[in-house]
Amino acid sequence: MQEKNFGQRAFDNVVLPMLGVGMVIVLWAIVSATLAPALPGPWKTWQVSKLYVLSPFDKRGELDQGILRFTWYSLVRVAKGYSLALLIGTPLGLLLGMSQAFTRSFDPIIQILRPVSPLAWLPLGLVLFQKPEPAGIFTIAMCSMWPTVLNTALGVRSIPQDYINVARVLQLSRSKRLLKITLPAALPYMFTGFRLSLGIAWLVIVAAEMLTGAPGVGGFLWQEYNSLIYEHLILCIATIGIVGFVLDRLMSLVENKLKVA
Amino acid sequence: MPILELKGVCKGYGHGAQRSEVLRNLDLQLERGELVAVVGFSGAGKTTLVSMIAGLTTPDSGSISFEGKAVRGPGPERAVVFQSYSLLPWLSVRQNVKLAVDQVFAHWTPARRLAHTEHHIALVGLSAARDKKPAELSGGMRQRVAVARALAMEPELLLLDEPLSALDALTRATLQDELARICQVSGKTILLITNDVDEAILLADRIVPLDAGPAAKLGPSLSVDIERPRDRKALNHDPRFKRLRAQVIDYLLESGRKRKQRLCAPKPIEMSPSPEPAR
Ligand SMILES: Nc1ncnc2c1ncn2[C@@H]1O[C@H](COP(=O)(O)OP(=O)(O)OP(=O)(O)O)[C@@H](O)[C@H]1O
Ligand SMILES: [Mg+2]
Repeated sequence: MQEKNFGQRAFDNVVLPMLGVGMVIVLWAIVSATLAPALPGPWKTWQVSKLYVLSPFDKRGELDQGILRFTWYSLVRVAKGYSLALLIGTPLGLLLGMSQAFTRSFDPIIQILRPVSPLAWLPLGLVLFQKPEPAGIFTIAMCSMWPTVLNTALGVRSIPQDYINVARVLQLSRSKRLLKITLPAALPYMFTGFRLSLGIAWLVIVAAEMLTGAPGVGGFLWQEYNSLIYEHLILCIATIGIVGFVLDRLMSLVENKLKVA
Repeated sequence: MPILELKGVCKGYGHGAQRSEVLRNLDLQLERGELVAVVGFSGAGKTTLVSMIAGLTTPDSGSISFEGKAVRGPGPERAVVFQSYSLLPWLSVRQNVKLAVDQVFAHWTPARRLAHTEHHIALVGLSAARDKKPAELSGGMRQRVAVARALAMEPELLLLDEPLSALDALTRATLQDELARICQVSGKTILLITNDVDEAILLADRIVPLDAGPAAKLGPSLSVDIERPRDRKALNHDPRFKRLRAQVIDYLLESGRKRKQRLCAPKPIEMSPSPEPAR
């Protein structure tokens, strides 16, 4: 491949993406002006959202706070649910990967639970915990656990026979084999699972907050919908998207490090 | 008493019509301190043979005994240098060797284990690269790490599965000399698997050819009566070397030719499962 000079790289990586964003904004302006009068245009959206973006950490009331403050609440909630998902999902995946009998017994259940929507888990969480906060965390965990479970299991199953032979010749004990061979060998797969799980956890947060009315980006979005401030819907959507993108990028950084190692 | 003894060992893979017999009726004995080379074609079943001796797979019939006891499973007293080296890519050179040392000599003090590790890394000349990961090493260096790891386990029997076959001819020659040195220093019982007749003659006390598969058999054992240390240059003009080389190669080629005849000949109808793989 030919080495590109600095100007060309800047064009590829900065100018072209900006152009894309610009084109979407123009399209958005045209659509809101012609086809969909209910959709607020870009300029109006900016005017109405300015306060939330420019002082992002202000707290003016329970449901009237800067957008990054809301984001922070949501992130904390996601972190709790996500940690729970990893705490349950990783050992479950290891067991599935190591034992055929375990896979035969539990794989069908997992395949059945996996596609269940967060909208279905949340009411069950409310019934179980009686309070919205743990119900939301429960929902996040139940939805985001599966990629971790499946990828961890896949990672353990695809450990090269070579490494297993080394462990066998050395007569490593079960726990040592897990610690010294299985976990490090499966780690890149596990991290792919962790990254996908985080994506889902973030996806679920909106649903969880909408139904429970908890303060956060999703709760804010739902409240502004009810208050007919549609500009804020767009602000929330953009925020959710950007945060999700950043989270994914951060996780891929770690993932790629592990792949090289 | 031989340290290793194979009697009538047979091994095949698959079931029913898919079944292919790989090794048939192998008999082999290794005396303590002896270096025996098994030379054979690619795909003849050399790795299969090593796996069985290591205890990683079990023969279908026949018996393998090590130090008078039947082999039941793998163990560090029969260390293997795998054909693919099998280094753990997330560990450095030192950690790879140390994993084995820590396991085999768990009763030693940590300082002694570390010294033992360093000693064996130095033995294969890799002290400068001891903190590198396998991915940062050349093929020859990886091979030496694998040898260091196996030697550090101080096994009774060292199984070397084509340790040099993945290397280019020049590196290979250098490492052969180095391997010869290490083998002589360690004085261990070694089974060397190779597809290179010259390498076998350079290193071994005895050469056993393995027929072309399927259903490969071991040929007659040929002892290498050439004094050590053997110099590869002088060896090239040594009549004993030439004779031995011709013997081994003729035997192997003959077995390959017979195999072709066997495969092309119209098959007699028989009730017993055919040794040939079904097409
Ligand atoms: N696990 C397995 N399952 C089925 N067939 C196998 C298996 N392992 C080896 N074989 C078959 O057994 C035969 C011998 O394989 P083996 O790896 O022992 O050969 P080899 O002599 O070590 O070859 P090479 O010199 O290429 O390493 C081959 O035909 C191979 O296809
Ligand atoms: Mg092989």
